[in-house]
Amino acid sequence: MRPRLQLLTPDLIRRILCEAFELLMSPGVRVGSAPVVELLRSAGVEINDGMARLPEPLVRDCLASAPRNFYLYNRQGEKAVHYGGDDVHFDPGSCCVQILDPDTLEARPSETRDLVRLIQVTETLPQFAAQSTAVVCNDAPSAIGDLYRLLVVLQHSDKPVVTGSFSAAGLPGMIDLLAADSGSRENLREKPRAVFDVCPSPPLNWSEFGSHNLLDLARAGVPAEIVSMPLAGGTAPVTLAGSVTQHAAEVLAGITLHQLAGPGSPVVWGGAPAIFDMRSGGAPMGAVETAMLNMACAEVGKHLGLPTHGYLVATDSKFVDAQAGAESARSATLGALTGINMISGAGMLESLACHSVEKLVIDAELIASAYRLVCGVEMRGETLATAIFAQTGLSGEFLKLKETRALFRLEQHLPSPVIDRSARGSQPPSDAFTRARARVDELVSLYRKPSLSENVLQKFQSIIEREANRAGVASTSPGTERLEDKTVVESR
Amino acid sequence: MAVELRGRHCQLFQAMRQSIVDGASDTATELAQQALANGVDPLEAVNQGFAAGIMFAGDQFGCGQMFLPDLLASAEAMKAALHILEPEMLKRGSRREALGKIVLGTAQGDIHDIGKNLVATILSASGFQVFDLGTSVTPEQFVAKTKEVDADIVGISALLTTTMAGQKAVIEALDRNALRPRVKAIIGGAAVTPKWAAEIGADGYSRNAIDALELAKNLMSKVMNKGTAMA
Repeated sequence: MRPRLQLLTPDLIRRILCEAFELLMSPGVRVGSAPVVELLRSAGVEINDGMARLPEPLVRDCLASAPRNFYLYNRQGEKAVHYGGDDVHFDPGSCCVQILDPDTLEARPSETRDLVRLIQVTETLPQFAAQSTAVVCNDAPSAIGDLYRLLVVLQHSDKPVVTGSFSAAGLPGMIDLLAADSGSRENLREKPRAVFDVCPSPPLNWSEFGSHNLLDLARAGVPAEIVSMPLAGGTAPVTLAGSVTQHAAEVLAGITLHQLAGPGSPVVWGGAPAIFDMRSGGAPMGAVETAMLNMACAEVGKHLGLPTHGYLVATDSKFVDAQAGAESARSATLGALTGINMISGAGMLESLACHSVEKLVIDAELIASAYRLVCGVEMRGETLATAIFAQTGLSGEFLKLKETRALFRLEQHLPSPVIDRSARGSQPPSDAFTRARARVDELVSLYRKPSLSENVLQKFQSIIEREANRAGVASTSPGTERLEDKTVVESR
Repeated sequence: MAVELRGRHCQLFQAMRQSIVDGASDTATELAQQALANGVDPLEAVNQGFAAGIMFAGDQFGCGQMFLPDLLASAEAMKAALHILEPEMLKRGSRREALGKIVLGTAQGDIHDIGKNLVATILSASGFQVFDLGTSVTPEQFVAKTKEVDADIVGISALLTTTMAGQKAVIEALDRNALRPRVKAIIGGAAVTPKWAAEIGADGYSRNAIDALELAKNLMSKVMNKGTAMA
């Protein structure tokens, strides 16, 4: 039996959805842009002063056309992530602007070299089914920062990617980049390698940027992950159930826009809900209530039969310390027990403001333990203990049994040296952060960069140049050359 | 012709080595029998074949690539091979020279012997002559056995903080009988620390069976050096 946790009763889920549908009619959903208004009007939706009232039957139709599951593929075209059912995957948190410097223990602006290191470590760790565009590269032109991040990931990884664009105008270039990687737009649609996070603005506001992205992704057939992020008490009702209701309304509205634009296009019931901290005014990602919100939101999505996503395994601590470990382990475990398909957030400190490669390798161990937990307690073989005792009697020689040797790897997760279980030796013992630093170095040395064809690299280059020109950065191209050089240099 | 034979043995030694790494007792037994049937020198079979396997397994364990059940299976396979080869070695008068003689037991009042058994298995598979006194061994029993077999090393294991004092008692008894410093005393066990080892004047401490093997080898080289110096 697979162990699972359920926070919401079926009655409460029905009540949440019932009120969410009410919210979609009153007050309705704010929609920003002309194409979205046009799309909704053509579906018979009433819109006054930018407020759309979405009737339940229309939303239900859109829910019905959304796929129940889909896959993300790796560069080799193999299925690598299954969005659907109770399958659980993890990816590093994304879109951070700072990195923890392991030497100074200070947060500094993240650069290309930091992103490359995060990718290299993620690539070697089986706990991460997907990469993310983990940090913003402050050494690259910010106008094409989203495209640039994706380029760096595609150059250095074969895994699927959880990404997102920074503007409505940024998305087409990113889709072009992925299509170049896949060979064609048709290949990308058939075997998508990336999923895009798209965020409504709480409460109940689908801005021009977010809604345009939804429409473009739906039409391109590239998976969209709707990441609604109510802050309970700040930008959403203070109760957990109230915030889950707002989350449901925002995602339902997003799915409606998405499926109207591209019926059958893959879409994820995602989220990064959190409580609003009444002392700091921040969003405490490590709080147990934040984990509970993520679990409850995912349960509503599962009730609707949709693929799910959440934001966990992050901490509010500024260091890779006891608080970071406690908060991240708890939420990794809770997310896995809920059966959330994609859990983003590993590696992140300071309420998502700072990334840490060292935390990422520690989180990988926490995730491995969570995976072990959801495997549950199983019966292996004909009897539990009697056949074993028939061999050993009371000699106590279990360690020598061939059953022990055959089964211990299934029964026990064998952690990396990041986790210290050894007896005290002649060398002074080290703390987890020190061991994590050594582990990062080890993994980076094991990493092998994928080889991309000259043809694909040329396509990447021309897309980058085109988008740089469009964004008005370095239209004379030295900027893009420098940028290309940088990624090439970093990759060596 | 000679080269060809050598080549064939090379393959056989490689297979022997692998059987130990795989922890495949049956295969190790078969290979040992095959070696005897083909007239291979049993001592050479041990040194170039099986023993190389157990050393490799130890290294793999040390760097976290193999685990206790694997290591034990390797040691068992080694035992199986030696069981076939040793009688033939005796016949030829080419008995494998022991790396050293070691008396092992758990401290008085302590019946926990998993760790001690592991050390015994690994040391004997690696070429030590091991005299295992079992559990809850009195200082007098340690001393008597040490004298009887002219041991080089005495190993005292204790799991509990309450029985750790028993390790000290054994070391004191060895001193009273003027057996040290010729005989080396080493300790191990879950609660044992390097600090405790220093406190009670032990000659060494190790935190696991593989480290114990290294420790015993190092101590033997000291025993040898001393012997040579005195001679």
